[in-house]
Amino acid sequence: MLKIVKRVLWGGVATNAFPTTIAEPPDGFRGKPVIDFARCTACGDCALACPTSALTVGPDPGEMEGKVLTLDYGACVFCGECEAACPDTIRLTKEFRLAAADRNALCSQALYRVGPDGAYRYTGLRVTTPAPVDGIQASGLALKQKIRKVLGRSLHIREVDAGSCNGCEVEITALNNPIYDIERFGIHFVASPRHADMLLVTGPVTRNMEIALRQTYEATPEPKMVVAVGACGISGGIFGSSYASLGGVANVIPVDVYIPGCPPRPEALLHGIFVALDRYGTKRQADLIPPR
Amino acid sequence: MTTKQEYMALLEKSLGDRLTIREAPAPNELYLSLHEGALALVPETCSLLTRSLKAHFTTLAANDERMLNGRFSLYYIFSVPPADLFLILQVPVDPRHMEVPSISHIIEGANWFEREVKDCFGIIAFPNIYKLASHPDWPEDMHVMLKDVDPGQSVPRVKGRFDFKEVEGEGVFEIPVGPVHAGIIEPGHFRFSVAGEPIISLALQLFYTHKGTEKIAEGRSPRHAVFLAESISGDSSFGHAIAFCHAIERLSGFDPPPRAIVIRTMLLELERLCNHISDIGAILMDVGFSVGAATAFELKEQFLALNEILTGSRLLRGVAAIGGVRRDPENGPSRHEALRKTLEHGKRSFEDLVSLIMTSSSVMDRLETTGVLSPLDAYRLGITGIAGRASGIDRDYRRDHPHCAYPESHVHVATRTEGDVLARVRIRIDEIRDAFALVEDLQGRHAGQPILAQVTPVPPGRSALGYVEGWRGEIIHWVMTDKTGNIFRWKITDPSFHNWRALTLAVRNNIVPDFPVINKSFNLSYSGNDR
Repeated sequence: MLKIVKRVLWGGVATNAFPTTIAEPPDGFRGKPVIDFARCTACGDCALACPTSALTVGPDPGEMEGKVLTLDYGACVFCGECEAACPDTIRLTKEFRLAAADRNALCSQALYRVGPDGAYRYTGLRVTTPAPVDGIQASGLALKQKIRKVLGRSLHIREVDAGSCNGCEVEITALNNPIYDIERFGIHFVASPRHADMLLVTGPVTRNMEIALRQTYEATPEPKMVVAVGACGISGGIFGSSYASLGGVANVIPVDVYIPGCPPRPEALLHGIFVALDRYGTKRQADLIPPR
Repeated sequence: MTTKQEYMALLEKSLGDRLTIREAPAPNELYLSLHEGALALVPETCSLLTRSLKAHFTTLAANDERMLNGRFSLYYIFSVPPADLFLILQVPVDPRHMEVPSISHIIEGANWFEREVKDCFGIIAFPNIYKLASHPDWPEDMHVMLKDVDPGQSVPRVKGRFDFKEVEGEGVFEIPVGPVHAGIIEPGHFRFSVAGEPIISLALQLFYTHKGTEKIAEGRSPRHAVFLAESISGDSSFGHAIAFCHAIERLSGFDPPPRAIVIRTMLLELERLCNHISDIGAILMDVGFSVGAATAFELKEQFLALNEILTGSRLLRGVAAIGGVRRDPENGPSRHEALRKTLEHGKRSFEDLVSLIMTSSSVMDRLETTGVLSPLDAYRLGITGIAGRASGIDRDYRRDHPHCAYPESHVHVATRTEGDVLARVRIRIDEIRDAFALVEDLQGRHAGQPILAQVTPVPPGRSALGYVEGWRGEIIHWVMTDKTGNIFRWKITDPSFHNWRALTLAVRNNIVPDFPVINKSFNLSYSGNDR
């Protein structure tokens, strides 16, 4: 008993200060890959090295003798094979806060034309037309505002493993540990979708989990949000689409926010959940956690 | 200690009439090819191997070789600890008669393997009406692992129901749980039959996380498949990746450089440390001991953060490579310092945690005599890893089939015979202490030397086993390459596939509220089981 009291009284504060101060990941951390397009000749070595086809180089359908390089953070497992294949041009930065509400925002496409010397040269980025604000999206936006208004600083999350490898679960569980302590933000993981405002879904959605995921979604009361976690949840990741896997959460239920990573580290998950709540723009950071 | 030659002579003498013994690219593997027409002798042969020749059934790999030689093959893989040997009994199966005699009445642990082969290949061994690997809504004739099934095709849903052994009687009722569980864990369906509080029987429906890993890997290059191996079971990313690399290295016949072997061993032990601490935390959480749980989770977080400092990934991903490792975790003084500090601090706070647990009578009361798996049941079902060692099964690949740097390290194999939750906690505590010592011992060994061997192209048409003693138990990969050196067949065996049946026995006569803590004490992988 005395030992417990001692531990409680003198244990100290373990919780980190994210997001008031954001500690830089250690050297060697592999975050967002960045390509120096101007130096790239679209040779395709990086695409060959990529295990998940997050990087592809192919002919440009819009232009004869053109090539297009596509980089999809939503499929990237941050292995660093592309950097090893082409160290002059590709670099994995330490940026890990990659969550986005728009699937297209995770993709970039660079265009290449063949020059007079026969080599391919970078000509610019393909401007992706923003997705039209159709019914689903408009109501999604309205939902978000409603959630913020209704819930204030209280959010209940139901985690759904739709066939993940358990890597994302390791990191989501870490959100409950004393270091990240997600409950300080008023966010709780709950046991039933019926108590939840948000579904945090991992895994490529296996065929065998499809019905369960749909039922969980239906059991969640409106207004609700869905966050797809990890490369698998966004695009199927390393598993892609097959007889056993449906290639991402959005193929089954509507998704509001995507959190890239394989798996995303806890701070990237927190960031993604905040993006989902759109807290950053509207609330001052000081409101998020009282200063210590 | 029997030598390989002596053992081969013994095999030749006792089984030479029915099979041909041939050596494999890996020196400690022997292929025993059963002669055509000797199919009826499979059970007797397996019985001889396990009862007289000290072999343990390890895994069963089926292979669709119709395009190679017009038939199927079943590979019954046995481990022989005293001789550090693997026996691979190759049984030919005629596509017109997709049946083999079952061995489950001799080796009960083979039951799930035989049922999986039936669901995935249509080869009937165990005549069980219950499906295992395919869900009730899969078409009866859909055997996905056949080569003529396109991995991209969708599987239609048919009407079916989950069959299990029903318990009837006055006051007996069923509690269905899952696949979406209350906690942040993987999906699976449990059906408890209870009378009052005690559990009479537990039936499992797994394979919710079946991602077709073995099927989609076929035709991929081994280099890319390493990343698939990392995603077999997230908490054993490194163990599975190394088991796969080990298989490719053994079939190619080259060894990684000594420094790479040291790094692999260190990281395997760090993975063990981290997960064992996490399990202890989860067990404490389930018995309501928050102070202990918070201490354990804080400690686990320090090791995950250490992994990130050493390798750039909290789950040790992107490190394993065929021919060695990609990154040196002790590269640079800051990493060295972080490792030293975390180990030093970790050891101290772990010992504090242990004394916190062992002096808390309310915790001990919940753990002792809860969820007992008897040594007899463990032996009968072929339970492996920590669950087996807590029930008297003295097996550990680090000692029995020395790999990585374990031959040079002194591995102490802890075993107990109580088989309860506390025994599984105590085994973990012993292994954590051992892992601290191993990592400290390996620190800085062969520092500065090359970490990745010059890799030759993977030879075509060969097969080999790769194995690692992961933190849950033995991880076995059997890989066969096609004619271009890509993957032809990859059989992945996670220890969970052996051990799930232990859970159904251990929960019997325990009360439902104790199920979570019993489940955590096994902490089996769903994804590793389902693949």
